[in-house]
Amino acid sequence: MAFTRRSFLQAAGVGIAAFGFPVRVRAQTEPIRIGLMTVKTGPLASGGIDMERALAQFVREHNNTLGGRKVEVSVGDSAGVPAQARAKLQELVERNKIQVMIGPLAAAEALAADDYIRSQQLPTLSVAAAEDLTQRNPNPWFVRGTSTSAQSAHPLADYCAKQLKYKRMAVIADDIAYGHEMCAGFQRVFEDSGGKIVQKMFPPLTVPDYATYLAQMKTNIDAIFLGFAGSNGFRWFKQFNEYGLKGKINVVGGMTAFDEAVLRNMSDEALGIITSCWYSAELDNPINKKFAAAFRNEWKYDPGFYAAATYVEAAVLEAALASVNGKIEDKPAFMKALRATKIDTARGPVAFDEYGNIVGNVYIRKVERKEGRLGNAVIYTYPNVSQFWTYDAKEFLKNPVYSRDWPPAKNLES
Amino acid sequence: MQFWIVQSLNSLALGGLLFLLATGFSLIFGLMRIANLTHGALFMLGAYVGVTTLKFVPNLWLAALIAGLLVALFGGLLERSILRRLAGNALGQVLVTLGVSFIVADFCLIVWGGDPIPIAAPTSLQRPIVVGNIAFPAYRLVVLGIAIITAIALHLLMERTRLGAMIRAGVDDMQMARAVGVPVSRLFTTVFCLGAALAGAGGVIAGPIMSAYPGLDADMLPLALIVVILGGVGSLLGAFVGSFVIAIIYTFGSALLPDLAYVILFLPMIVVIAFRPRGLFGRRST
Repeated sequence: MAFTRRSFLQAAGVGIAAFGFPVRVRAQTEPIRIGLMTVKTGPLASGGIDMERALAQFVREHNNTLGGRKVEVSVGDSAGVPAQARAKLQELVERNKIQVMIGPLAAAEALAADDYIRSQQLPTLSVAAAEDLTQRNPNPWFVRGTSTSAQSAHPLADYCAKQLKYKRMAVIADDIAYGHEMCAGFQRVFEDSGGKIVQKMFPPLTVPDYATYLAQMKTNIDAIFLGFAGSNGFRWFKQFNEYGLKGKINVVGGMTAFDEAVLRNMSDEALGIITSCWYSAELDNPINKKFAAAFRNEWKYDPGFYAAATYVEAAVLEAALASVNGKIEDKPAFMKALRATKIDTARGPVAFDEYGNIVGNVYIRKVERKEGRLGNAVIYTYPNVSQFWTYDAKEFLKNPVYSRDWPPAKNLES
Repeated sequence: MQFWIVQSLNSLALGGLLFLLATGFSLIFGLMRIANLTHGALFMLGAYVGVTTLKFVPNLWLAALIAGLLVALFGGLLERSILRRLAGNALGQVLVTLGVSFIVADFCLIVWGGDPIPIAAPTSLQRPIVVGNIAFPAYRLVVLGIAIITAIALHLLMERTRLGAMIRAGVDDMQMARAVGVPVSRLFTTVFCLGAALAGAGGVIAGPIMSAYPGLDADMLPLALIVVILGGVGSLLGAFVGSFVIAIIYTFGSALLPDLAYVILFLPMIVVIAFRPRGLFGRRST
């Protein structure tokens, strides 16, 4: 930043001269209004409630003061329904006068709110993973401190091909954009590293039973990649065990498949499963040790994807506010500061690319039992992973967005 | 060959599960003309009550029984206190039952949290049965057995008991039944409790396969509707046949034509509605 202490004092002096003393005092004492758009009812509520808990913890740890100003948090519950997310957001903006938003949780919600965020010029720190929000159709008011759908899947594919020496794999995920994007990213990197994806399965999101998918799963493969979200991976894996497939086929999982939130209800059958994510409650850095211990102490379980996501986004928000001395009213300057943020957080070092997406570590993790509970022990770190993996950003963006059919799967066997 | 055998077994097990879910719905709809949209929520409530019960009584079957009774109690209260006042008001009933299902879903979320909770199958049934190179989960075969036993028990209830005779009379011609002295009020409550009990116990029995999770209600309710509409309302045989037909179509459909998984589930229902509006075994009602 070219904003030195001296130029700040000058600017402040001009401000005082121009507007008079009282105005400046009022601007500084008024709290910053943060909106948290989350999900507290419906099937996604588990993650949404964790988001609220983590944000409350962060704000409390900072004495309700970020960037030198008091903050007020308003929480909106979208129930995970896109239309409702849009309506709640409008309520937060017009009634609660929020100046910055953390959330929403799901990709469909972020897409539904996209236009409104642009028209209101509302700085948004989201956990929604949809690729194009920071790729082909980037929103200038958007930063994402977590990961795109495929950002954590690319390194896992590399790990499967190079470290685990898998040659033939299948992928399975929910039949929604998140699942398609994750599997597509996995497939691209795995096949570019010499592997073959021989089977792709996309069961409907609300499939009652995975039996039919388990029965048609190929058995002559090295491993299967799970791109599930929420409780579906949990159910799939239980049924996988039920059919006696465990031990015959290796299972690796995407960033939401064996989340801490899911692990706490699992038993030893999950031991040894490898997943990739931008976070693990077991991460060994001072910020996370403090965060995870305090969270566990209060709620009696490990923070997972959503809790960590919100805690990291809050840290990014705090750093950006500090660098503009709390002046969130100057939106372009604040947005610039958000995207220029470079700090250490609970997930490790954080920086953003020109599209507003995180460049950060992705961890390969293995389910282990420690102090009586299951956790994701970090076994390998891919540092500073970009959403474009090792591909050239310009070339990457010329391709269509990841989907069910792109990149085309050339090695499928029927 | 292995594919066909395993998928056939899958169909049968899923059919058993669907029957446990749908038969209560069918009974209530057939007799009381109430499209009870809380049915999915009662199923989920049963699963969650089973989770808690299992902490005190480590026996799945006993837990299913207890959950069935508690859910029946809830169903009875619902019928007596609210639905009773809405007799004849179909739209009101649909709205109320849908509303209650939301309340139950959020109640479950508050009490049991948002994470999926597994329900363990009895230890002896946790291993798959292996014949040759085919492995199939033992528990699913037991579920199929339970569904068949339930079907036989319900059949005997309907055909051989006084209660069954009254229910059949009520389904066929409500006014006539009333005229010859069938205590319709008590009968309605009994049937609603029975339907709720089947849903609640079904939720626990399905637990080791599906787990208890928020959204289970919304996943199951459409399946109950499809089965009942296909089989014909109020018909035990219809619910039984409908469950297995849907399970077979669904299992093979999603295995052979995976891209059409959504369509396949609803297609048979649409065809049946178009050509046989009362379902395969539904009787003309008055």
